[in-house]
Amino acid sequence: MLYGYFAILVYILIALGFAGFVILASHVVGQRKSTATKLSPYECGMPTIGPTLRRLPIRYYIIAMLFLVFDIEIVFIYPWAVIYRSFKGFGFFILGEMLVFVGILIIAYIYVWRKGALEWE
Amino acid sequence: MAENVVMLFQWLVFLGIALVCIFASIMVISNKNPVHCALWMVLTFLATAGLYVMLHSQFIAIVQVIVYAGAIMMLILFVVMLLDLEVELRSRLKFLYSKAIGGFFAVLLMLGIFYAVITRVLKGNVGSFTPEKVSAMGNVKAVGKVLFTDYLFPFEVASILLVVGIVGAVIMSKRREARKE
Repeated sequence: MLYGYFAILVYILIALGFAGFVILASHVVGQRKSTATKLSPYECGMPTIGPTLRRLPIRYYIIAMLFLVFDIEIVFIYPWAVIYRSFKGFGFFILGEMLVFVGILIIAYIYVWRKGALEWE
Repeated sequence: MAENVVMLFQWLVFLGIALVCIFASIMVISNKNPVHCALWMVLTFLATAGLYVMLHSQFIAIVQVIVYAGAIMMLILFVVMLLDLEVELRSRLKFLYSKAIGGFFAVLLMLGIFYAVITRVLKGNVGSFTPEKVSAMGNVKAVGKVLFTDYLFPFEVASILLVVGIVGAVIMSKRREARKE
């Protein structure tokens, strides 16, 4: 039952082992000369201005929230698509279920659109 | 003999995942930097997904990775970035008695878990979907079959819950923009 996941476990262990080995090896073998320039924060070669922990505008939060909602919608659609063919004779019933679900979310989408939350300014 | 080796191996894997999970959770609550906390939380979610796989719930495991470690974590990170962390870190605000109150509730919760494990009060009935049956018919199929027949109404209600989430986010952020003008 879970034998198929043994390969994934081995894969994870090899990936972790390789990453750990490379970091450890560069730590042991490599030489370090720290200067003031090297230790300063680097951002695209520009000197940093002002505080680094800046507050983001709330617009990002709306985008993240919309992404989360439609992500969950996809999670529900996936098992629906898998079992769709097994409902012989009830095709309209199960199609209707998903149409109601998606329809309610489309109302929310239209609401967001009309409110102008998708506009960036 | 072979059965015992498999059991021992599964136990070892479980132990490893559980230890990673506990360690990452402790790092989440003990770190000062909220962004580091969020990154440790991703590790906690991934380890929990591993636990779901060990419980033969592969679909829930993948959903855990996609929705929790992906989407919800991103939301939490945006909320962290919305806050003024500089002020928070500089002020070093400490709540009085916070450790005593938190410790009290933590001990209470631990005693509750110990009680439940020792006396085995959490003993639900065995459902019709046993791990063997679920593995035979396929995890996603089992979830879909139950979700779109027995739990049809909660499924449709979930969509309304999602709408409420969207409307709430839009109303709260729009009001702030209106105040700025």
